[in-house]
Amino acid sequence: METVRTQDVTVNDLPWKIEYARERCTMCGSCTAACSFQAIQPAMERRSVTISTGHQPEPSERHQARPVIRQVDSVANACTGCGMCEKICPNKAIRPVRNPDSRHALVARSGGQPLKRGGRTNLQAGRTLDKIVVGRISQMTDPALDSERHTFDIVAPFGRVLGPKELPFTAQGGELHLSDKTPPVNWIYPVIFSDMSIGALSTRAWEAIALATAYLNERCNMPVRMCSGEGGMPVKLLESEQLKYMILQIASGHFGWNRIIKAMPRMKVDPAGILIKIGQGAKPGDGGLLPAAKVAEHIQAIRGVPKADLMSPPNHQGLYSIEESVQKMHLSLNAAFKFRVPVAIKCAASATSVSVYNNLMRDPYRICGGFFIDGIQGGTGAANEVSLDHTGHPVVSKLRECYLSAVKQGRQGQIPLWAGGGVGLTGNAAADALKMICLGANGIFMGKILIQLMGCVGNENGRCNSCNTGKCPAGICTQDPRLAKRLNVDLAARNIVNYMLALDSELKKLMAPIGNSSLPVGRSDALVSTEQAIADKLAIQYVC
Amino acid sequence: MCRIGAIKSKEFFHPSKALHLMLPQQEGHDNSGFAMVMQDLAGVFSRHKDKPLLSLACSQRGAKMVEDYMETNNFTPIQEWIPRGVRGKKLDIAAMPYYIFRNYEYPEHYRDASWEEKEELLLSTRLALRILLEEAGEGFVYSFWPDVLTLKEIGDPADIATYFRLWENNGDLMAKNVVVQCRQNTNYDIVRYAAHPFFLQGYTLCANGENTFYTKNKEYQKSLHRGYIGFESDSQNFLYTMHYVLHELKWPIKYYKHVITPLPFEEISVRDDRAELTAIRQSLGHLEINGPNTIIAMLPDGNMVTCCDSKKLRPVVVGGDGTTVAIASEVCGINAILPERDQALDIYPNEREVVVIDAALEVKRWKQ
Repeated sequence: METVRTQDVTVNDLPWKIEYARERCTMCGSCTAACSFQAIQPAMERRSVTISTGHQPEPSERHQARPVIRQVDSVANACTGCGMCEKICPNKAIRPVRNPDSRHALVARSGGQPLKRGGRTNLQAGRTLDKIVVGRISQMTDPALDSERHTFDIVAPFGRVLGPKELPFTAQGGELHLSDKTPPVNWIYPVIFSDMSIGALSTRAWEAIALATAYLNERCNMPVRMCSGEGGMPVKLLESEQLKYMILQIASGHFGWNRIIKAMPRMKVDPAGILIKIGQGAKPGDGGLLPAAKVAEHIQAIRGVPKADLMSPPNHQGLYSIEESVQKMHLSLNAAFKFRVPVAIKCAASATSVSVYNNLMRDPYRICGGFFIDGIQGGTGAANEVSLDHTGHPVVSKLRECYLSAVKQGRQGQIPLWAGGGVGLTGNAAADALKMICLGANGIFMGKILIQLMGCVGNENGRCNSCNTGKCPAGICTQDPRLAKRLNVDLAARNIVNYMLALDSELKKLMAPIGNSSLPVGRSDALVSTEQAIADKLAIQYVC
Repeated sequence: MCRIGAIKSKEFFHPSKALHLMLPQQEGHDNSGFAMVMQDLAGVFSRHKDKPLLSLACSQRGAKMVEDYMETNNFTPIQEWIPRGVRGKKLDIAAMPYYIFRNYEYPEHYRDASWEEKEELLLSTRLALRILLEEAGEGFVYSFWPDVLTLKEIGDPADIATYFRLWENNGDLMAKNVVVQCRQNTNYDIVRYAAHPFFLQGYTLCANGENTFYTKNKEYQKSLHRGYIGFESDSQNFLYTMHYVLHELKWPIKYYKHVITPLPFEEISVRDDRAELTAIRQSLGHLEINGPNTIIAMLPDGNMVTCCDSKKLRPVVVGGDGTTVAIASEVCGINAILPERDQALDIYPNEREVVVIDAALEVKRWKQ
């Protein structure tokens, strides 16, 4: 016993334990090669063997050295339960098993560093959206539409919409003519591929989303837009016509913007929009974090940075008030694109969401072209676990409060509301989207589900969620070329396209029974809840 | 499904004609009520066409409250017509004690005011009277406008007509324009205010069908204008949007349809006026009206309008004989009052069409 200290970390302290059947193993080495966390390794074990070879039993005992696969007992190499070993083993000889008696939360902080991981919140069980049902079904007086035959207008605005009395119309001979410029508004599909940067994602994963976006636009007639994330994007894309499908993001670190600005003179088309990230729902009040491990050479090139941890500050430095800071940023960005590109803002859902929204709505310059509210269930990338699990707001009530505040002022729709954070968490993004739209959103944005469609195995129960380590076993959130190569770009893009086509059909399936051929923005009467508190809070009907 | 109707004529006619228009469409009545708005009046009201006419149903106390309010606010009554109801018979009608139709002279300090100022005064007065009567539970005020009379009651339309002696043309009540509906709305409680047609500042409208965007329409309209109140029926949204587009925004009439049933973006994108139509669709998205419906509207200048939802899920037909034009949900109604007309010329407006009938009974129709 004296060589083992009771404080030593053992496999039993880790969240996942490897179940290994030596008798089935052929020692092919696939599992250890596949394990990007190096949580398993080949080892030699001294075994006692009893054999008898004669006609009569004459057992004799001897010792043999046998090769085995063994789990590494260190926090740095803890198994994440990703299951790549099980996936690749030809004999089904190995698999991770959840360890309910894990001491991981205690031992993992032994380096004096906060615990980091990717994924989404793990503690917030249950979603409001799942307690809401589309309850008004058209019957005899207002017949339901046929979702297969009717045409549906499934588009949402991205850009500042003027109030009717602000429209610069002049009437001439029974016709109205726009006699002045209006702020730019792009009508796009009500589902935006959310901001995940090159850097956070592997270039191949990012490319797969971009490919899916272009395919959906050009082949499927679905004007889906993709947000670049903070890291900038390849010059080739900036200078291509496909830029029109991209929303460029500027966050507090301004990473990648140098390149974007340099590419501006050679841009053939305008981007679909600009999204200024003030905060994110997964870790509100935190900035961005790209660990040095993920800052590969091409990332350094795109972002113009050395290989180091890239931390965006929690706010845009040097700007201190909503009115002033937002206007400054918007004015400069609008000026950069000659006021042709709408600019929106993304904030984390919080107690002050409505205040921010009200401020934006009252902005006399009519600059803000969208308010993106990101809820607690959003997020991937790298975050401190304490932030992921213990900070933030569910998005639904915040969205509703913003919408109702606009209603009170008669300004609904003027700054389009986009909501996200956990959209598609339970697999059905169409249902989530429609419910959010009925509550007042013009559209939704979703990110995590895209990487899940590409093959990410991370989930809400603590499986994998290692986006922060640069060792993503699916080749999605890594910059290690050997790991990234695991991702089949075409297959990943195809999965996203197929999901979106299904989502489009499902949206129609939900719009048809409520009799709507255009998006039912603010049609809260179409929803009901079986929970009184939710019904009260959201001002929808309570049913039981 | 409701039935709606309207008659516009070069000659004054009696409301019994409107009843005959509605009678053959009786399967669309559920005996819950009858309502009509008459405009361009003759008969007892022919001498004071420029003076506002108050239409209300009330109790004795309500009548006194109205008199006091009007006197306090310097309105002088000029003449009144109080229909003597046919009492004693077993009629299906929830009659109020009084139906008052009274012309007033404007307050003295308003006599030289502009029409815009008078419009506001008349609206404010009606709203104030409505609140007064509503709070006391003593009556209902339907319209207060020059040359416009509104009658609404709960019960069997035939019995209501009998009660008000509307079957017999004694020359008292004559008009050139009438909009009528023989039913209460079915979405909510049966209350007098919920009966179509609805009226606001010269605009009259009744609808057949459903507006599934009621909630979002209502939420938006509430903040647009002080006159947009009540919302006892989802059909009021049609009226308020019409008033907003034509009266508040002062847009030409063709844009009303672009607001309530905007073209799909795909169609907008290939039109010459795409910039304007896109701007309208963006800014007035919350006034879009969805659901199966047909409307008939009457404008302050007496022009009649009809149009349908964007999928044409409710019927409407327009027919005329040169002296009279009628609009009805079903052609059998028009057949009853204009049997000699050339039916081949009847118009069945489609989903993207607007039909307007002007004072000369010229019919204009165009695709949205």
